[in-house]
Amino acid sequence: MIPVYQILFLSALLFSAGMVVVIIKRNAIMILLGIELMLNASNLNLIAFNQLYPEKMAGQMFVLFVIVVAVCEAAVGLAIILRVYQHYQTSVPDEVTELMD
Amino acid sequence: MSIAVFMLYFFEAVTLITAVALIFIRNVFYGALLMVTCLVAIAGLYVLMFAEFIAVTQILVYAGGILVVIIFGVMLTSKISGKPLVVEHTRVVGGVLCGAGFFGLLMYAFTFQKFELGIFNDGLSDQAVQRTGVQIMREYALPFEVAGILLLIALVGSAVIASGSKSKQP
Repeated sequence: MIPVYQILFLSALLFSAGMVVVIIKRNAIMILLGIELMLNASNLNLIAFNQLYPEKMAGQMFVLFVIVVAVCEAAVGLAIILRVYQHYQTSVPDEVTELMD
Repeated sequence: MSIAVFMLYFFEAVTLITAVALIFIRNVFYGALLMVTCLVAIAGLYVLMFAEFIAVTQILVYAGGILVVIIFGVMLTSKISGKPLVVEHTRVVGGVLCGAGFFGLLMYAFTFQKFELGIFNDGLSDQAVQRTGVQIMREYALPFEVAGILLLIALVGSAVIASGSKSKQP
């Protein structure tokens, strides 16, 4: 039997690491990686608490839909990063400071 | 120590080490490779937590799909000059304080809770894939369809965004 404390500690540390990555990195792709890390931390918690009502499988279903939304987010995010790079020749979000052509 | 407990600690250690190393790494390509390792280790944890279908989905979609797209992005946005894409750090003190503070807050909140729950084999996970399919088609049919439509819209939209300036022509 896996104690649920262990999984909670693991996912809390994963979420904090993802938050630090999102804040301190100066690159849009690394920020996307940090967001994926935070989504995975929440998925781990959902799988752990799936055991509350194992016959309804609500946690596992939530994880499936979270994965679908993560796919959408990565695709749209990468497309926006590519367009911004073609236009501004940079993928650093802090340097994109103007809206005009 | 049984082999299952050893594998649990192994996958947890791999997940933690790669996630923390992602903070210190500066090469974006190495960061993506670390992320692949982290996601595969999390898939191993899912297997140990009796969610086999989720584990296979994680490997297929995350480690096989999203990370390939991200590595494409890394290669498309690096300069042609051949030097690797190195990321700089900013707001280090604030970021680390924010992360550590949030982690401490979560740990503080956990001390107030009594989780009697443990993850064990309840016998229900023997037909996990079959039950997943039945549940998707029965109780979660509407979210399933909505997720499909969302995926279609997002992928068409991202293709249009990435396709370049040809869309300016009427």
